Amino acid sequence: MARKLNLRIWRGDSDSGELKDVQVEVNEGEVVLDVIHRVQATQIGDLAVRWNCKAGKCGSCSMEINGKPRLACMTQVASYPEGETITVTPLRAFPVIKDLVTDVSFNYKKAMEIPAYAPPADLAPGDARMQQVDVERSQEFRKCIECFLCQDVCHVIRDHEENKKSFAGPRFFIRIAELDMHPLDILKNRKKTAQEEHGLGMCNITKCCTEVCPEHIRITDNAIIPMKERVVDIKYDPARWLGSKIRRREGL
Amino acid sequence: MTIERHNYDVLIIGAGGAGLRAAVEAREAGLRVAIICKSLFGKAHTVMAEGGAAASMGNVNDNDNWMVHFRDTMRGGKFLNHYRMAELHAKEAPDRIWELEVWGALFDRTTEGKISQRNFGGHEYPRLAHVGDRTGLELIRTMQQKIVALQQKDGRETGDMESGIKVFAELTITDILKENGKISGAYGYWRETGAEVLFEAPAVVIATGGVGKTFKITSNSWEGTGDGHALALKAGANLVDMEFLQFHPTGMVWPPSVRGILVTESVRGEGGVLTNTSGERFMFKYIPEVFKKMYADNEEEADRWYEDQDNNRRPPELLPRDEVARAINSEVKAGRGTEHGGVFLDVSKRLSADVIKKRLPSMWHQFYELAGVDITKEPMEVGPTCHYVMGGVEVEPDTAAAVGVPGLFAAGEVAGGMHGSNRLGGNSLTDLLVFGRRAGMGAVEYVKNAGKNPVSEGAVTAAAAKIQAPFDRDGGENSYSLHAELQEITHNLVGIIRTGAELQSAIEKIADIRKRSANVSVSGGRKFNPGFHLAFDLDNMLLVAESTAKSAIAREESRGGHTRDDFPGMNNKWRQVNHISSFDGTKVNVREQVLPMLPKELFDLFDVHELEKYMTPEEIAKGGSN
Repeated sequence: MARKLNLRIWRGDSDSGELKDVQVEVNEGEVVLDVIHRVQATQIGDLAVRWNCKAGKCGSCSMEINGKPRLACMTQVASYPEGETITVTPLRAFPVIKDLVTDVSFNYKKAMEIPAYAPPADLAPGDARMQQVDVERSQEFRKCIECFLCQDVCHVIRDHEENKKSFAGPRFFIRIAELDMHPLDILKNRKKTAQEEHGLGMCNITKCCTEVCPEHIRITDNAIIPMKERVVDIKYDPARWLGSKIRRREGL
Repeated sequence: MTIERHNYDVLIIGAGGAGLRAAVEAREAGLRVAIICKSLFGKAHTVMAEGGAAASMGNVNDNDNWMVHFRDTMRGGKFLNHYRMAELHAKEAPDRIWELEVWGALFDRTTEGKISQRNFGGHEYPRLAHVGDRTGLELIRTMQQKIVALQQKDGRETGDMESGIKVFAELTITDILKENGKISGAYGYWRETGAEVLFEAPAVVIATGGVGKTFKITSNSWEGTGDGHALALKAGANLVDMEFLQFHPTGMVWPPSVRGILVTESVRGEGGVLTNTSGERFMFKYIPEVFKKMYADNEEEADRWYEDQDNNRRPPELLPRDEVARAINSEVKAGRGTEHGGVFLDVSKRLSADVIKKRLPSMWHQFYELAGVDITKEPMEVGPTCHYVMGGVEVEPDTAAAVGVPGLFAAGEVAGGMHGSNRLGGNSLTDLLVFGRRAGMGAVEYVKNAGKNPVSEGAVTAAAAKIQAPFDRDGGENSYSLHAELQEITHNLVGIIRTGAELQSAIEKIADIRKRSANVSVSGGRKFNPGFHLAFDLDNMLLVAESTAKSAIAREESRGGHTRDDFPGMNNKWRQVNHISSFDGTKVNVREQVLPMLPKELFDLFDVHELEKYMTPEEIAKGGSN
């Protein structure tokens, strides 16, 4: 049965903006993205919103719904009490372009800073042999749909623009962990550079990223903490410390 | 106004699997490459591919090889495929998958540590390399990261990571430009600002994907608006066999907001069965004559096949997609469907909850989150959804060069010919890789000999005027309502079952919308304005719909993704005919063209009695073209 929903939408651009209240029809089973599209088609033709697959697979329609980072295509209207106003605003950690669309280019710049996968030079196509159990750890991180909700919620950069330069964010910590755990990757020192160049040390494990991940990737427990532990081991292990002083070590 | 201008060797329109694979090929050959994506980088529709990528690596069953794969592909396409494309695809697919692994892809493994392969409709052996049910994501992420790796290499060599490949994200191309009859570049606008951009390049690769958004119920994302099909038509290229659309048999049907979202064929590959509301496993009734040898006609044998594939025939749930879609359609029409117009697909009886969550994680998630259904305990409700267009730009198979337009190439879903009248599941991802690479190679060869071909100021002025036009018009209709109207027409009149009279009426109605769309006006400014963006998408979809309806009315038979209620059977004479759509500036014209005949060495791969079901006695007597 159709009913009316009060939707409060942030409208504006990089200069200014405000919340705008609209009333919109909502039907059984609809998600927040459906009602935003209805507003677009019937009331505000130029309302800007990013989306692609509408099935939780592409990670485009990231926004904040009642202040929480979420995918609009996977958020049922019925999950909020009937009669309650739903407020949709753009991701807070990134600069607004227009309405619900933000400039997420920060993430693509960071992606270019992470050293690429490095297989052994003599690995011929078709020759790789890996056990399922060995690829599974990296496969968990490769489920990432790059919605950047983890980046948005992370308090290191959410309200601290100044930290962005030295902090890659949870999305790229799992990328580094994925490569570090890849059975065939031969690049050394991934954990060390995560710490020293990509800001792993700035994370203080509040697990907010894990909570918002729509793919339920255990970002903190399975990527960040294991990398931090290894870094600590090596940094403070006296034998290793000594070893690193007496002869050149190849890395971690 | 000064316009942003760029100069490249190759311009690639589309950043899905085919576009990115073409980019890698062209860059590795030393060319400077621009990649245009309509969305953000890495969001292309390729991410939606679930089941896997078909390649006869023979990791699970070593009887498999390219010849078996070629035969399956031709059968699936009802022999309307361009044989050379199907041959190249079957031969090169394994190398393309192995290459992805060298670039960092992590496919699921066999116990020997090789890439695991799963069963799929129409494939004789387990053939689909996969990662759970998110294979497309793995493919696009691997390609995306390969592009970044190439950029890092360029950065080390030149100090500028974007010196060799630059990704232009959220940019729409509105015109492909030609001078002296050859490609000179393309024109478009940034979605974010509405500012216009000119690209000058001697070669353009179109890799824009499909047309699903022309239809009301579709598994495609908003980007599937047939941009490349329309751009190619307007640039003087042809489209081949646009009547063939694949309705994937299993889309979600309830609740309405998710209608059309794909339910992967892997559900059936892993043992899911289709039943109607009387509890009948109905697919046994719908095994066509040509497939009777390969498919089980009773439940016992079908069930045994999951354990012993050498001594039993396959379950009919794994027939090619067109057959299953038509069967579901018939069951629903006969009143044996659910109240929401679907049938049941159940995997909970055969597999344990743990195995389902492991092998079909995103399906479990999708149904649980969006429909409140736990597929480890209950059946899913499914029905056909517009999924894929077999028709597309007519190309030279070996180079992916668009016929008739020097400098233009097309690969992936936007190209036609490879899949004939019906695509097998899993053949799309490898199609992207095989022909994406070949389009890249084709462009490299072409650019070597192509001189400079600068864009004229007249062409720029005309392209700019077109972008400004909707803002200068007042009081016209809005693009959203016209789009909705078009979708109703295609859904009702050009859909899964067609008749001559309905198609005629569709052609008239599409022409009417086309006329009205010339007056579309847009509210708001140029900055990230979806109403403005849709105005251009709409124009593209109208050309696609016109090509489809006009090709469909001409083909008086039923074959693959084209079913005529007034011409129910397959007719061997029609198998020799391709429909070629071209654009004269005001309307689409469709003509017949003879389909190239199989050469003897490929003809001989088949049992002649099987070919008799598809070919005329004269063709059989010739025994191949050479």
